[in-house]
Amino acid sequence: MNYPGDFMSTASEYLHRSKAYDVYSIRADFPILAERSNGKPLVYLDNAATSQKPRAVLEAMDWTYRHAYANVHRGVHTLSERATKAYEDARTRVQRFIGAADPREIVFVRGTTEAINLVASSFGRTNIHSGDEILITEMEHHSNIVPWQLLRDQTGAKLRVAPINETGELVMEEFERLLNERTRIVALVHVSNALGTINPVKRIVEMAHAMGAKVLVDGAQAVPHMRVDVQDLGCDFYAFSSHKLYGPSGVGVLYGRYELLDAMPPYQGGGEMIRRVTFERSDYAKPPTRFEAGTPNIVGPVGLAAAINYVEELGLDNIAAHEDDLLRYATEATAELPGMRIIGNAARKASILSFELEGIHPHDIGTIVDHEGVALRAGHHCAMPVMDHFKVPATTRASFGLYNTREEIDAFIASLHKVREVLG
Amino acid sequence: MSDLRALYQEVIAEHNKNPRNFRWMEDANRMAVGVNPLCGDKLTVYMKVDEQGIVRDVSFEGSGCAISVSSASIMTQMLKGKKVEEAERLFNAFHEAVTKDDPQSDLEALGKIAVLAGVRAYPSRVKCATLSWHTMHAALEGEEWVSTE
Ligand SMILES: Cc1ncc(COP(=O)(O)O)c(C=O)c1O
Repeated sequence: MNYPGDFMSTASEYLHRSKAYDVYSIRADFPILAERSNGKPLVYLDNAATSQKPRAVLEAMDWTYRHAYANVHRGVHTLSERATKAYEDARTRVQRFIGAADPREIVFVRGTTEAINLVASSFGRTNIHSGDEILITEMEHHSNIVPWQLLRDQTGAKLRVAPINETGELVMEEFERLLNERTRIVALVHVSNALGTINPVKRIVEMAHAMGAKVLVDGAQAVPHMRVDVQDLGCDFYAFSSHKLYGPSGVGVLYGRYELLDAMPPYQGGGEMIRRVTFERSDYAKPPTRFEAGTPNIVGPVGLAAAINYVEELGLDNIAAHEDDLLRYATEATAELPGMRIIGNAARKASILSFELEGIHPHDIGTIVDHEGVALRAGHHCAMPVMDHFKVPATTRASFGLYNTREEIDAFIASLHKVREVLG
Repeated sequence: MSDLRALYQEVIAEHNKNPRNFRWMEDANRMAVGVNPLCGDKLTVYMKVDEQGIVRDVSFEGSGCAISVSSASIMTQMLKGKKVEEAERLFNAFHEAVTKDDPQSDLEALGKIAVLAGVRAYPSRVKCATLSWHTMHAALEGEEWVSTE
C-alpha cells in the first residue's frame, strides 16, 4: 500500500485541471496564500529564498506519517518495508524528473549546501591536489564558494574565479582563458539567485570536458523555473534543494554520474552506509547508500516527490512561460519608478528582480513594504562577491513563483511608492 | 500601519536625509568602527573627550539604513557636552528599551532617542538602531572594532 498520489505515475488522480494555466485555481492549492500579513493580503515575492507548499505536498507527508512511517532499509516488518518503498520510489521519481540514467545516481542530502560540500569533500579529497585548480564564477552563492575554499586550504589547490560583466552575465572569454588542463572541476550556478542570470551550462560543460575537468552545477534556482535534463546538460554533478521547488525543507538532491560516485569515498561515516564493519576495517556500501549515513530524512523525499508530481502536472514549460510574463511585467512597471536601478540584466534571466532604489536602504524598503503585506528579500542574498561587483552593500529582491499574479506585482509597485512616501 | 508610523516618523526620515554631525573628525581622541555583517552596514564614530570626562565633540561617517543613520545622527546631538558616564547610561537605557521584554527605563529618560523605541516591534531591525550606540560604547572602552554579531 503506497500513498494514493503514487509517485511512479504522472497520470495520477491529480490530473483534474484543464490544460490552460489558471493561476487563480493554482493559488487555491496553497493554503498559506490565503493568509493575511499585517492586515493585508499576503503578497509572497520571496520565492528564491524558499517557496510555499501546495496541499498535495502537505497531504503526502501527512499520509506517510500516519500510514507508512518507520525507519527505512532496516526493519523486516511491514511498516518498514512500506516506508522503504516510499523512500525509494521518491528516488526514482527524482531520477526521472531530472533525466538521470539510473536511480542510484540520486543521493538524498539535506539540501544544495550539503550536496556541494559532499562533492568538495569526497570527490575533492581524492581528485584534487596541490597545484590543481578549481574554477568557479563571480556570481556563486556562498554555498558554492566556501566548500571550495575549505578544500583549497586543505589541499593547496588554487581557486580561480571567472568574472561577470555589468549585465550580470559570465564573461565567456575570461572563463575560457581561466579554464586549463590543471582545472579539475568547474563549479557554477545554473541560475543566479542574486541576479537571475541563466548560465549557458551545456556549452560550459563541453568546454570543461574538452579540458578534462568535471562540472558541478548548482541548480537550486534552476529546477523550480525550468525543465532540467542532466544527461542533456552533460554535467557530472547537479545539486538542488526541495524547499525551493515547493517541497519540504531539510531534503535535497545530489545527482552524480554513477562511475564518479562509485569511485568516491564516503562523506560521513555511520549506519546504513556500510556493508560490514569490524574494528579493523569497514566495507562501504555502493552509491547512493554509501553517501546516506544514518537515518535519513524519511518523509522529506516523499514530500519532494509529491512536489515534483505537482509541478510536472502544471508543466515546467507552462510555469516558465508564466514566470517570464511576470518578470517582463514587473521589469517594465518598475522602470517607471524614480531612482530605480535593476541589478542583473542578463539576456537570459529567470524570474528574479534584484534592485536598488536610489537613496533608500534595502532594509528600509523591506520593512515598509512588509507593512503592505509584501514579502521581499533585502540583503546580500548570500552572494557578497556579487554585491561587491555592483558596489552595493545589499539589494532588494523580488522573486516570482508559479502562483504569483500580475495583480500582486501591482501591489508590489504600489508598496514601493509607499516607501518613497514614507522616506521621501 | 500605526506601528510603521511609530517607526518611520518624520524625525527619522528627516535625520536620514540630513544626518547631523556627519563628518570625519581630524582631532578625535576616541574612535571605533561598527559593522553589522548581516546587512553590510558600517559606521565610524569619532569622539573628543576632555580631561574632565566630558564629550566635547562627536561625529560619525558611514552608510546604513534610515534607522541606523537617524539613530547615529540623534545620538551625536544628544551626547555633545554630556559626561562619559551619562553617555554610558543613555546607551544602557536605550539598549534595554529596545531589547528587553519588559524594559524598566521610561521613555522620558531616553530623551530624543525615544523616537526610535518603536524598533522594539521589529526584531530584525533592532541592531540597525543600536549599531552607532554600540560603536560609541566601544570607542569609550578603547576598542576600535565592534560587530553586532
Ligand atoms: C543559487 C543557490 N545555491 C545554493 C543555495 C543553498 O541552498 P540551501 O540553503 O537549500 O542548501 C541557494 C539558496 O539559498 C541558492 O539560491
